[in-house]
Amino acid sequence: MARMLMKGNYAAVYGAAMAGCTAYYGYPITPASEVAESAAALFPKLGRTFVQAESEVSAINMVYGAAGSGQRVMTGSSGPGISLKMEGISYCAGAALPCVIVDIMRGGPGLGNIGPEQSDYNQVVKGGGHGNYRNIVLAPNCCQEMCDYTMLAFELADKYRTPVFVLTDGVIGQMMESVTIPEPVKELPDKSDYAVFGTPLNKNLVNSIYIDHDDLEWWNMELLKKYQVIEENEVMFEEYMMDDAEIVVIGYGSVSRVLRTAVDNARANGVKLGLFRPITLFPFPGKEIAALPARGVKHILTVELSTGQMVDDVNLALSGVIKSDLYFRLGGNVPSADEITDKISELYGEVK
Amino acid sequence: MKKTVLRKPKGFIDVYKYKPGAEKDRTHYCPGCGHGILHKLIAEALEDLDLVDETILISPVGCSVFAYYYFDTGNFQAAHGRAPAVATAASRANPDKVVISYQGDGDLAAIGGNNILQAANRGENIAVFFVNNAIYGMTGGQMAPTTLEGQVTTTTPYGRNVDTDGYPIKMCEVLSQLTAPTYVERVSLHDAPHIRKARNAVRKALQNAKERKGFQFIEVLSSCPSGWKMDPVKSMEWIKEKMLPLYPLGVYRDKGEDAKITKRPVPVMEPAAVWEKLGISAEKDVDFPRGDVADEYKKMSIRVAGFGGQGIMVTGQALASVALEYGYNVSWLPSYGPEMRGGTANCSVNIQDGTIGAAEAVKPSMLLAMNRPSLEKFEGSVMPGGTLLYNSTLIDIKPERTDIKVFAVPITGIADDELGNIRVQSLVNIGAYAAITGMFRVEDVITLLPKLFKGRKQAIIDLNAKAVKAGFNYVKDNF
Ligand SMILES: Cc1ncc(C[n+]2csc(CCOP(=O)(O)OP(=O)(O)O)c2C)c(N)n1
Ligand code: SF4
Ligand SMILES: [Mg+2]
Repeated sequence: MARMLMKGNYAAVYGAAMAGCTAYYGYPITPASEVAESAAALFPKLGRTFVQAESEVSAINMVYGAAGSGQRVMTGSSGPGISLKMEGISYCAGAALPCVIVDIMRGGPGLGNIGPEQSDYNQVVKGGGHGNYRNIVLAPNCCQEMCDYTMLAFELADKYRTPVFVLTDGVIGQMMESVTIPEPVKELPDKSDYAVFGTPLNKNLVNSIYIDHDDLEWWNMELLKKYQVIEENEVMFEEYMMDDAEIVVIGYGSVSRVLRTAVDNARANGVKLGLFRPITLFPFPGKEIAALPARGVKHILTVELSTGQMVDDVNLALSGVIKSDLYFRLGGNVPSADEITDKISELYGEVK
Repeated sequence: MKKTVLRKPKGFIDVYKYKPGAEKDRTHYCPGCGHGILHKLIAEALEDLDLVDETILISPVGCSVFAYYYFDTGNFQAAHGRAPAVATAASRANPDKVVISYQGDGDLAAIGGNNILQAANRGENIAVFFVNNAIYGMTGGQMAPTTLEGQVTTTTPYGRNVDTDGYPIKMCEVLSQLTAPTYVERVSLHDAPHIRKARNAVRKALQNAKERKGFQFIEVLSSCPSGWKMDPVKSMEWIKEKMLPLYPLGVYRDKGEDAKITKRPVPVMEPAAVWEKLGISAEKDVDFPRGDVADEYKKMSIRVAGFGGQGIMVTGQALASVALEYGYNVSWLPSYGPEMRGGTANCSVNIQDGTIGAAEAVKPSMLLAMNRPSLEKFEGSVMPGGTLLYNSTLIDIKPERTDIKVFAVPITGIADDELGNIRVQSLVNIGAYAAITGMFRVEDVITLLPKLFKGRKQAIIDLNAKAVKAGFNYVKDNF
């Protein structure tokens, strides 16, 4: 009975619980509230900490405190709340603290609306807060992945001592699918070399200050090296019908599912359409995208629920060899598979 | 003759190793600064109460940002104003430790005003030392929320004007309005007798913290000769003459023996216990054997639509839940966007083997329309050759499409008239769906009902079972 029908937002919390996350600090916001609600439901059953913080600012600073105390800790939010967390995430990155942040993206800017968008891409994938730092960003596209990648997020966070985002949108957060709950982790990593426990042996210091200029330059270089190792080792992506693809659509999260249907429809009409889906957004699968033209791909269409945030990374990777076109919907609207194939016909004149 | 040996209290680190530069034996504070005095009172108390190895101290942003240079405790440096949030988490993670939040007035009463208020209101098991020096020392003497009326600072060059800048905030008075705090006192460091009183307050707060007695708050009127642009002696006089009248010293809250002892649960981590507590059984999921399903019903993309309150979402979820038990991949997506308004609701369900693509049933292979607006809205979207199941009790028009299979079933009528409970419409739907597609067996659905409607009374479960049968039989008998 490890198989259950549940929302993506719930699945993330099950993943966290199985990963040995012992504390959840959050503040409600649609469409991410169920992340907090499910933590409020599950964590007390496990004697673990759930606190509804007074704001996202507080929540992320509680995360900083818990991570510095050696806990696996998580928070969740959406657009406006993620914006508020940025200073605290920068502190976590600066103090090299592992934590997991689930972002169920909604429409912006401002209060925007509660429909699905992917407009937090830039603030989440590029760092977002002040200073030279990056977050590892995982982009699940189904409820099982919400569970599995949240679990993975904790592993990566500890492996690199860095904040990790699980980035998705309201569609994946609020839809239900069958989720098989993975087995709980048996062992948690030893953090006694940096965590503060308030014991004689662990009089550690959690800190992001380097007053001396040379010291701070050194620390930034250390972080940079860490990000390079992450880029070397942790890239994840998925390909669908790519072997003979001449046209490729690129999209992540809920969009990638619509693209998959579009690929099926196009293939039924004999069009050699393939799907390339980044799973990690940082590290971005740039090398793999750069290799597409040499694999016979003639056209690339990036599809986003934002006005062209990820496409910048796609085009940076392609470095002008060919240029990705862009199609997007906004404000909570989601493209249909037909919209995608229509756009492909319009651009490349090959699809019925 | 009694000999006094002057030595550093053990609460301080012997050599300030975290402090950059050569001067590892002295603090960074200005001469005559109150921070130094308060540090010493805390360090002595930590030693005397045997807490040096039991304490976590949070340094704020402000002149005491480097408090961690000095205290021989576990140390955090927190973002501006957020020390109470960091302390909250450190305390929850280490419930048997003493957690100190050390903060200035800008940090605590301005940018972190809500953080301290809420931590106090939660009764977090922490000791807060609040340095009220009526100024932003670190950033060069700007106005603090505690700056006095008329006081000149770099951002109140004509003196604090209460009409535009507000009044000095009295944190002890504010926090003692809350129910949770255990101990709230204001002390001053302007002369030896008052320092002795401050010493006692610091000790009491830390003793309480050691006994896990919840939220302790000590406000300390403290000098900032540099920010005030006065020499240390004049600074002490200024506290006495200007600050004391506005900030009365004394105990604002002391629960004494009534203080609650903070208790925190021990996390369950052992894998088998985790699953057990969450009701996840380790037994393998066994699928129901599938019946004969016609090819056209093997890959279902279903739109369920109707009024809010007709059990639209429940119908969709029940379809997905039951299909799951036959080992299908399933998805359920509630409607987004404008359709949510105006009382209509719809959801999309996919049931198939293999990976499900788009979750929204834009071109459904089956439409389940529970009211007329839904039929009008979605009839055109049904895939050619697809299926329409509609609620003929409420829909008085005939569908226009001739290229789809149509099943008119009086869903509401069966639920309301035949079974006497309009709330079982979803189950009538499931029964009708089972009959049309052959995907579910009625017995299987009935076996699942207790799981689908966990915690419901047996009578309701029985009624639901009847509803499934009624929907099924209607389709079997009429089509
Ligand atoms: C988010 C943020 N805003 C502003 C600052 C700049 N800043 C540093 S210390 C400080 C004021 C501190 O004053 P107070 O808390 O009274 O401490 P004091 O130096 O007087 O002890 C400010 C505004 C900062 N570090 N971070
Ligand atoms: S500026 Fe004021 S508060 Fe800061 S160290 Fe100097 S005297 Fe103390
Ligand atoms: Mg101050």
